[in-house]
Amino acid sequence: MEILNLLADGFIIAFEPQNLLLMLIGCAVGLFIGAMPGLGSVNGVAILLPLTFIVPPTGAIIFLAAIYYGAMYGGAISSIMLGIPGASTAVATTFDGRPMALKGQADVALITAATASFIGGTISVILFTGFAPPLAKMALAFGPPEEFALMLLAFATFIGLGSDDIPKTFFSIFIGLVFSAVGFDIISGRPRLVFFDIPGFLHGINFLVLAIGIYGIGEMLWTIELSKGDVQMSQATLTFRRLLEGFRNVGQTWKATMIGSFLGYFVGILPAAGATPGSLMAYGVAKMVSKHPEAFGKGTAEGVAAPESANNAASTGSMLPMLTLGIPGSPTTAILLGGMIIWGLEPGPRLFVDHTEFVWGLIGSLYVSNVFALLLNVLLIPAFIWVLRLPFTLLAPMIYVLCMIGGYAATEDMHDVWLMLIFGVAAYLMRKLDYPMAPAVLAIVLGELAESSLRQSLIISHGSPLIFFDRPIAGSITVCALILIVLPLLKYVKVFVRPKPAQP
Amino acid sequence: MRRAELSMAVFMAVFSVYLMYKSAELPIGWIPGSGPGGGAYPFWLAAGMLICCIAIIVRALLRMSPPSRSTEPYMDRHSLMLFVVGAGSLAVTIGLIRIISAYGAILVFLLFYLRFVGRHPWRLTAAVAVVTPIVSFFFFEIMLRIILPKGYAEPLFLPLYDIFL
Amino acid sequence: MKELLGIRSKPVLCTLLVSMSMLLAPLAAQAWEPNKPIDFVIMAGKGGGADKMARFMQSIVEKHKLSSKPLIPINKPGGSGAEALIYMKQVKGSNRDHTIMVTLNSFYTTPLRQPDLHIDVLKFTPVARMAEDTFLLWVHKDSGIKNVDDFVKAAKAKGNDWIMAGTGKAQEDQLLTEFLNKAYGLNMRYVPFKGGGDVAKQLAGKHADSTVNNPSEAIGFYQAGTVVPLAAFTPKRLALFPDVPTFDELGKTGMDYFMQRSVVGAPGMSKKAEEYYAALFKKVYDSAEWQKYMKDKALQGDFLGGKPLMEYWKKERESHRKILKEIGEI
Repeated sequence: MEILNLLADGFIIAFEPQNLLLMLIGCAVGLFIGAMPGLGSVNGVAILLPLTFIVPPTGAIIFLAAIYYGAMYGGAISSIMLGIPGASTAVATTFDGRPMALKGQADVALITAATASFIGGTISVILFTGFAPPLAKMALAFGPPEEFALMLLAFATFIGLGSDDIPKTFFSIFIGLVFSAVGFDIISGRPRLVFFDIPGFLHGINFLVLAIGIYGIGEMLWTIELSKGDVQMSQATLTFRRLLEGFRNVGQTWKATMIGSFLGYFVGILPAAGATPGSLMAYGVAKMVSKHPEAFGKGTAEGVAAPESANNAASTGSMLPMLTLGIPGSPTTAILLGGMIIWGLEPGPRLFVDHTEFVWGLIGSLYVSNVFALLLNVLLIPAFIWVLRLPFTLLAPMIYVLCMIGGYAATEDMHDVWLMLIFGVAAYLMRKLDYPMAPAVLAIVLGELAESSLRQSLIISHGSPLIFFDRPIAGSITVCALILIVLPLLKYVKVFVRPKPAQP
Repeated sequence: MRRAELSMAVFMAVFSVYLMYKSAELPIGWIPGSGPGGGAYPFWLAAGMLICCIAIIVRALLRMSPPSRSTEPYMDRHSLMLFVVGAGSLAVTIGLIRIISAYGAILVFLLFYLRFVGRHPWRLTAAVAVVTPIVSFFFFEIMLRIILPKGYAEPLFLPLYDIFL
Repeated sequence: MKELLGIRSKPVLCTLLVSMSMLLAPLAAQAWEPNKPIDFVIMAGKGGGADKMARFMQSIVEKHKLSSKPLIPINKPGGSGAEALIYMKQVKGSNRDHTIMVTLNSFYTTPLRQPDLHIDVLKFTPVARMAEDTFLLWVHKDSGIKNVDDFVKAAKAKGNDWIMAGTGKAQEDQLLTEFLNKAYGLNMRYVPFKGGGDVAKQLAGKHADSTVNNPSEAIGFYQAGTVVPLAAFTPKRLALFPDVPTFDELGKTGMDYFMQRSVVGAPGMSKKAEEYYAALFKKVYDSAEWQKYMKDKALQGDFLGGKPLMEYWKKERESHRKILKEIGEI
């Protein structure tokens, strides 16, 4: 029961008025930063880090963690309302969030996202409270082969995501993977695919540049053409009764939320993986076990609940290796780690012993921040709905402006703004021909990690691929992934072999 | 539609060949004892793209994919106009950022788009076009300290920095 | 009436002129001051060692209000620093006085390995050397290895299967690995990872057999007793690890190696701006926070600026050219 005592102490720290205020401000700031396309928790935490020296370390980490949390909630807002994932963690939320908004269910989607985030966040904090040390050990057991196996699994859960046109789906995956290889090969230490020797390609193609191009500019061009003029973006309405209905929906999505919470948390713990693969895998698995897998991608609340609960759970999860091992599980926690060094704390195995107040104050604050983020989010939903009801000719240019600034803010390089426009135009032209775009975005997110872990493993094993099978953790994950990849392929083969029923 | 389907696939096939060529700047083979070389990963993926493109072309020729069966035009006059105006105005705006600063470019873009595409009254147009850059300036530069490019208009912003930063 | 107005409007005009000139005066009369936010380029990605240090310096500057305009960190991680160096080279006009960069040893190695970038680092403006980072040889405690002799024995027995994890190809860690291979006749297998923290984790998780981490990267695991330092690549023992011998003591000379943590200005920076930044970073260097950080992370080295820093670069670049030639990278 020592843990409960420590937790109680943590709550006492969290409930100090100054810390409560910091959490509230942090959640609000995070919510807005997360809702901006192009800006995510990384930016928020990095930008506000130098401002935290005015408060004691515990207050500072509480503030930054609240921003991290708020941004995770906020990411869903731009995914649902604009269809632009504000950060890689919110990509999966667009798959169903956007169709829901187009069907006029933006409010339901937003409420589902908020509650799922809350549940995911809370479950993960409880897991964090109870099982930090053993889980930290698990995180260490993941070396390059295990990471590659995990990436394989993430792809496997997504194999069925594309359209029915298989060559085009694979084309989209391949082009995303190739783009993820642009820039720099860490194994040989040489630049590669630097097109026309433009230095802007040296830092690679940022995921956000592709995502904002495709989902922001490409999608806008597409919507403008479909609407042929002045219509509203979606028939969004909001009444108190609909709000209640939204909450009632939570009951229907509990399975997806649970999958997201646990999967997100465990994947989030693994260093280097972080929240993005967690939320993608949660979406894929939720679709597999759902009673209505065919509804996914067309706007089902389950498809919003799974990734949203996962990315919040993962954001807590990724704090665990940071605190216990000093290894960041995501870019944001990497900056938090830098912050702790600025405040004079040494993250690592000794932190839980030497700085109990700091650790448990943070854990206590995570519970409270979750509540704040949920409340803020629900309170702001009417404002978001109001924005959606603006005339499209007003909303479209504003979104374009957001895309341009967001595309710049992601890497602070004009080169990437041009690249974003090119991707947007290409995505629009290709989309008209039924090329699915989501696989390319996923591929560029996961591609880099997949390649480096694959090649690191092969160097370790002298080039033998058996390394992915003969290590216990890597082996079992690889086998799972292969089964998931082969099963749908068999189905396609069957379809091809079996004579098609006569067309009516 | 059918012609567009074929042209896009051919274009992408050429692009994948270019990617393969570009990847081959680094070793693309298997280096004994250490696995694939630096260019192998993008090279073989680009090869995969090429195969997909060939499959798309074959399916288009056999009229197996919906776009290759469709007789609708890929883009009618009206949608072409919308596309050119949309993408064109964005390109001009991004080009202007280098000259008259991001804020100036946004102002010009909003004036043009709201007035001539959206056909909103001048008063609303002007209000939105002026307020948006000002709000963006305070949100990005002052609050978030993300410095947007200023181009030749930079001297205009120096007094603002003296006051707010 | 007209006269009245004329009289009245004059003071207004005067006040306006005076206030405007007061706004402009500090620019002309006093010492040079930045008149817009300063680009603080980081030659590495967000969350890496150089990034942490840069943000730490930024926070010291903000805390003590050392600069009238903020430092804005911008990460340019591409191509082992190539992207950052190219960016610095093409900075123009008044931006030259408002662009500084945090560097490490890829400042020498990247231009040496990629001569087609046409970057001469000696054209950059020397601002401040804030510290030199040190390196140690680390193994996992479960390996039972207690000293360098054990290490050599174990690494020889495993031959090419001995995994040394490090940060990137032909960067500091690989140079040190080559030092070890040559000095002890080993044949360790070098596996590059993305950053020092990632490398430390590989050793703690036993995915690698040894590393040559900086103290700051491995210290968490060291304090927990997971990893053990065997020897230091420094001429003198480190205060933080008094029981760890240096390679010099073990009879292997020529193994000393440091990584600079320096701030450089864009090529063509004006003399006045250079002096301003040198003074700014001297204040950072002297701050209690920085001194504590250096002590805690076993950083060494005095503050260097201007000419002495340029001399230091010249010397270091030549020694890197020699090392890279020896290991066949150039």
